[in-house]
Amino acid sequence: MAVARELPETGPRTRRWRRTQAFARNRTALVGLVMVALLLLIAIAAPVLSPHSPIAQSTIHRLEPPSREYPFGRDDFGRDILSRVIYGTRIALLVGVLSVAIGGVAGTVMGVVAAFRGGRVENWLMRLTDVLLAFPDLITGLLILAVMGPGLWKMIIAIALTITPRFSRIAHGPALSVKQRDFVDAARAIGVGDLRILFRHILPNIVGELLVLASLWTASAIRLEASLSFIGLGVRPPTPTWGQMIRDGTVHLTNAPWFSLFPGLALLLTILAFNLVGDGLRDALDPKTQA
Amino acid sequence: MLRYTVRRLLLAIPTLLAVLTIIFVIVRVAPGDPATAALGDYASEEAVRALRQRMGLDRPLWQQYLSFLADLLRGDLGKSLITGQPVVDQIRHVLPYTVELTLAAIVVGLVIGIPIGIVTAIRRNTLVDYAGRVVSLAGLSVPAFYLGILLIYLFAVRLRLFPALGAAEFSKPGAHLHALVLPALSLGLIEAAYVTRMTRSVVLGVLHEDYVRTARAKGLPERIVLFGHALRSAMIPLVSLIGLFAISLIGGSVLTEEVFARPGLGKLMIGAMKQKDYTMLQSIMVVYAIVIVVINLLTDLLYGVVDPRVRYE
Repeated sequence: MAVARELPETGPRTRRWRRTQAFARNRTALVGLVMVALLLLIAIAAPVLSPHSPIAQSTIHRLEPPSREYPFGRDDFGRDILSRVIYGTRIALLVGVLSVAIGGVAGTVMGVVAAFRGGRVENWLMRLTDVLLAFPDLITGLLILAVMGPGLWKMIIAIALTITPRFSRIAHGPALSVKQRDFVDAARAIGVGDLRILFRHILPNIVGELLVLASLWTASAIRLEASLSFIGLGVRPPTPTWGQMIRDGTVHLTNAPWFSLFPGLALLLTILAFNLVGDGLRDALDPKTQA
Repeated sequence: MLRYTVRRLLLAIPTLLAVLTIIFVIVRVAPGDPATAALGDYASEEAVRALRQRMGLDRPLWQQYLSFLADLLRGDLGKSLITGQPVVDQIRHVLPYTVELTLAAIVVGLVIGIPIGIVTAIRRNTLVDYAGRVVSLAGLSVPAFYLGILLIYLFAVRLRLFPALGAAEFSKPGAHLHALVLPALSLGLIEAAYVTRMTRSVVLGVLHEDYVRTARAKGLPERIVLFGHALRSAMIPLVSLIGLFAISLIGGSVLTEEVFARPGLGKLMIGAMKQKDYTMLQSIMVVYAIVIVVINLLTDLLYGVVDPRVRYE
């Protein structure tokens, strides 16, 4: 029995199964996954879940403290903060997921193409990557948004651009090492094309690492969106965004602390959820941490 | 060491040039005209033309690029579009505040992060480790501006221990340090979360090394194994991480300065952005670029000092 356990398990299926098991055993990751699922649900069902309209104003009730009817209180226009927090999930997830999808695909393509083409293309692409990586994400995002002006799609593109070099750096290394492995030579020898090699042999080998990066960067993208909104570069009102709400609330921190604190709590939990998933994925994929 | 230093210095020049070029391209080639943006949509055509001329936007792009670089070499960052004052003066005025905030945050980050990182690594998979990991993950997840707001609410609004906003002059050291505490904590605690995780994984890696096992096998007390063998070599990768921290702090300091209404480079940049002061914005970006390249350079040099193997690569 003990001996059977010591036998090396081989083949992709057993390996994948073991990783899945490791991920499931990792309770923090599971908590993160449940939280992400809940957030998605909240974003989709926002109109059903919101007790009030997120934009209906009522100035005589401005800055009312939390009550049974309005559990998170009201903001400076008398709007229901709970409903606005619920609707804010939409912008946060939309920006987080789309910017990572765009930046992730662009970066991965950049890194893999650089590894495959080699030579001058590789040199230039990776140099560009390094230069872009030198800048903190917030500063890059700020500069791009400052020049382009505010807007939902501009926000997504600005964040995607800051994410692109992170993926190209991560995708490049493994793509390079997989490219030099014998099975790729073998595939090429029997006449398999570049694209097929890419999809059949390169991507499956780096997909785990890319998934970890994707969930950690979704967390960062959501943080970035909120930070940029907080600075005042976000999507324009009346669309509720957490960063904007926190910003508007700072003025009333002494007389109406709930105004900033509740949207901030939602933001914190959302970022935490994606970080938990990314961390759990990394632990499950990394054989070293399982020892 | 000298050869390594010179080579590393020469390598920094093309990087800096590339970053400067990217800044130039983003500000100039981007859609929309800086002059129109600065004056607003209702400005008369003459006014826009005059400003374009003053900004040198009417010249060919390559001339603009060359004079941009030439001005930089002379240390001329141009004049603010709004106040007409030399940008250099304004940056020189606020820079000490940002440097001070960043250094204080690094100290907070290292003083809190390294001990927790070491303890959680040594007591791996115990309650201490789990608690430390949960807290550091929460620290990684809290946005810099929200932590600032929480600290202001708790320590300034409720407990009234520290001022909520602003910074005191350098000439009044007591009040000055008092006003620095909350911003430095706000920025430093997030950094501490990073430092904790890095330290933990570095120390965990070292504890599995052969020479640590050898040290234990020959019966050395655990204290000497830890401090004499394991932690000494674990500090090498941490040195290079300080540079990374410093760079990520630059991003965080922008938000911290905004939350605490503290003078600084970040606050100046946000102001420039809102007023569409493109000369100022571009110049501040250039300052950030230089700072980042210099930090990277120093980190590499420091790495060469603590780990001689690096120099022979």
